[in-house]
Amino acid sequence: MKLTTFLKRGVLIVRVEGELDMHVTHDFRQQVDLALESSNAKHILFNLETVTFIDSSGLGVILGRYKKICAVGGNVLIAHVQPQVLQIFELSGLLKIIKIYNSEAQALESI
Amino acid sequence: MAIKNQITIHLQSHSENVAIARVTAAAFAAQIDFTLNEIEEIKVAVSEAISNAIIHGYEEGKGQINFIMNLYEGKIEYIIEDKGRGIEDIALARQASYSSDPERMGLGFVFMESFMDELEISSEVNKGTKVRMAKKILRNIGH
Repeated sequence: MKLTTFLKRGVLIVRVEGELDMHVTHDFRQQVDLALESSNAKHILFNLETVTFIDSSGLGVILGRYKKICAVGGNVLIAHVQPQVLQIFELSGLLKIIKIYNSEAQALESI
Repeated sequence: MAIKNQITIHLQSHSENVAIARVTAAAFAAQIDFTLNEIEEIKVAVSEAISNAIIHGYEEGKGQINFIMNLYEGKIEYIIEDKGRGIEDIALARQASYSSDPERMGLGFVFMESFMDELEISSEVNKGTKVRMAKKILRNIGH
């Protein structure tokens, strides 16, 4: 797993690459939280264009960030989701609380 | 029912092995005419079962996981066994909202159940857990 984070219009953009399972959850969580603290961003946008696999462990990190961000009045957005990842989101009920966008630009416009 | 093909692997309880197990499961399933989507479903189900053995069975400590893959005429079967802590209340563990970790949604069993056609869990406290799951083969076997 590889992460690239940067700030755009007050939104922390997190570009994720690779497979999100229990092997990477610790680093994934820590890197996002660190970027969140140092940037003071209110919202997070996950770009999952190059995420090829996710299971309940990976999903748990996204949900954990959602809870954290929501508690301080922010929002979590997701852009570019592969079909196999989308299926997991659907089944988990995540789509009821987090909106998926086709692109980063589209997601940023919604804020 | 006669077994047409079988692979057994013994994995140490390391998080690196979750990916190895699911890729092996996908390779074993590739001998049948499964769709890409079905293969993805198998990968998620296996990933959940192996992760459970590492996180809950061995509580991220040392241990061995037996991973058995069986091919039958009409189905493919995956058995994941650990000799870890065991599950006290299987019915409770299978509930969607149940998890011992606040960041997890307790979705592991939900995914295994949704993506496989058969799911059987047997467990004994301090003896271990065995998960047996199978997916039906709706098309002809390629060999």
